[in-house]
Amino acid sequence: MYTQALNSSDGDDRGIEDAARAAAFQARIDDDERIEPNDWMPAAYRKTLTRQISQHAHSEIVGMLPEGNWITRAPSLRRKAALLAKVQDECGHGLYLYAAAETLGTSREELVDLMLSGKAKYSSIFNYPTLTWADIGTIGWLVDGAAIMNQIPLCRCSYGPYARAMIRVCKEESFHQRQGFEIMVTLCRGTEEQKAMAQDALNRWWWPVLMMFGPPDKVSQHSDTSTKWKIKRFSNDELRQKFVDATVPQAQFLGLTIPDPGMTQNESGNWVYSEIDWAEFNQVLAGNGPCNRERLAARRKAHDDGAWVREAAAAYAEKRKARLLAQAAE
Amino acid sequence: MTAANIKVSETPLVLYALRRADDALILGHRLSEWCGHAPAMEEDMALANMGLDLLGQARELYAYAAKVEGRDNDEDKFAYLRDVRQYRNLLLLEQPNGDFARTMVRQFFYAAFADLYWRAMMKSSDPTLAAIAAKSEKESAYHIRHSSEWIVRLGDGTEESHRRAQLAIDDLWAYTGEMFAVDDSERGLIDAGIAIDPGTLKAQWQKTMTSVVNEATLALPKSDWMQQGGRSGRHSEHLGHLLSELQSLQRTFPGATW
Repeated sequence: MYTQALNSSDGDDRGIEDAARAAAFQARIDDDERIEPNDWMPAAYRKTLTRQISQHAHSEIVGMLPEGNWITRAPSLRRKAALLAKVQDECGHGLYLYAAAETLGTSREELVDLMLSGKAKYSSIFNYPTLTWADIGTIGWLVDGAAIMNQIPLCRCSYGPYARAMIRVCKEESFHQRQGFEIMVTLCRGTEEQKAMAQDALNRWWWPVLMMFGPPDKVSQHSDTSTKWKIKRFSNDELRQKFVDATVPQAQFLGLTIPDPGMTQNESGNWVYSEIDWAEFNQVLAGNGPCNRERLAARRKAHDDGAWVREAAAAYAEKRKARLLAQAAE
Repeated sequence: MTAANIKVSETPLVLYALRRADDALILGHRLSEWCGHAPAMEEDMALANMGLDLLGQARELYAYAAKVEGRDNDEDKFAYLRDVRQYRNLLLLEQPNGDFARTMVRQFFYAAFADLYWRAMMKSSDPTLAAIAAKSEKESAYHIRHSSEWIVRLGDGTEESHRRAQLAIDDLWAYTGEMFAVDDSERGLIDAGIAIDPGTLKAQWQKTMTSVVNEATLALPKSDWMQQGGRSGRHSEHLGHLLSELQSLQRTFPGATW
């Protein structure tokens, strides 16, 4: 699994050799070839992808918590089953993504430890609380909607295992997004209280969702090389604009108001939104969002409380192996 | 729909379907509480998976109860607008999750029963119950495999896991007798071939208990005192809290559609 070892070369030739390999690598990328785990890749490409894929995996796992918060309170059995199935899907996405990250040579355990220790990040959006049932609809509609905008281009990402994971993930995400929108439709056609609940949820989630696309292009630190390596195919601002343009008509259909009164459509039909509060975004990333502490604490607790179970499974597997060996020796 | 409790005409067949539906709903609900908090991601998936199977069984059984009853009740009214005294599930299934050992022991006790029960119910003279049984049997076969494997891993794992698994067995054992109990309302259905007599499953269930628990290096309790009451709405103190969470939205916004 530690393919990095394959990339090492000795002595003075390394610089020249790596320069030649880097050029060949870039030529493959430019030809839209897929890079596979055993292929040579620049250390920085490996590092960037490990960071991005593992953060993506962490987001799926932490993202189970805000929605999981409503499984026991879902208002109908149909909604309860759909929500439980959705959160289960997210766990599955986390597993695909950790497996994709592991092909780059770092184990899932190491990656998870980085998240639990606060050294690796997960999506800023999951640091916001789910206060009402309408938040569950809004998360499906907007958060999954934004995730799809981000992930569809990743289906063509240059790294094969990541691209293939994204194809599977996107299919399920678009189903979740439709489910979320359907919850919103039901609320908006329901009682006045339900409609107000839906509007309040949109008010609270709109800006955090726009922040999911990351910092504006002029300050995004990873974009240049990610674009050159075809990990990223559209800029943060391009994707954010695409999302806003797709979402405004959906809000209109629901009869909801986007909490940005200054919004206007320009001559090319794009909706021009107001300045995002980047100070809030930076605070959330720095660990100071409304739920950062709770989210990490919940994941750490699950990890710590489960330690004896994992130890038991490992001890049993060892015993079993020893018994089978002893049997074979007889 | 109002927020008051619904009235249910508990004819023997309606009551029968409701009891099994409540079993599946309450256990499914308990499993769903684990979501995001399990000891490993694989186990998060497995617990949600079993929870979903059980929720699906509950919905089919409620739908059937509603059809047989012929009033305007439906799955959501049965689930959300009956209080503790109207719920009919086994006491075992409303017990709190506790640690992972307790959850798995509860699952193992019930799945070992449900697997036999649904297989036998495939021969029910009631075609709907037979069809529900045919679907549920496939699911319970997975649940018994998963939970019995964990009982062995925990029992024969570390000292700590052995201690926890034994404690859970000792604490939950007294709730197992209720699975095999029959009252007058069920006796008629058994005589008519609609229901099976759960007493006939006990020897086989006991055999599974003994073989798995032995393999796990654990022991079954000697005590044969068994708690009862769930089937007639006399529950433990745990169910009220579960229902207050489960039903909160329906109770707060009476009559709304979700």
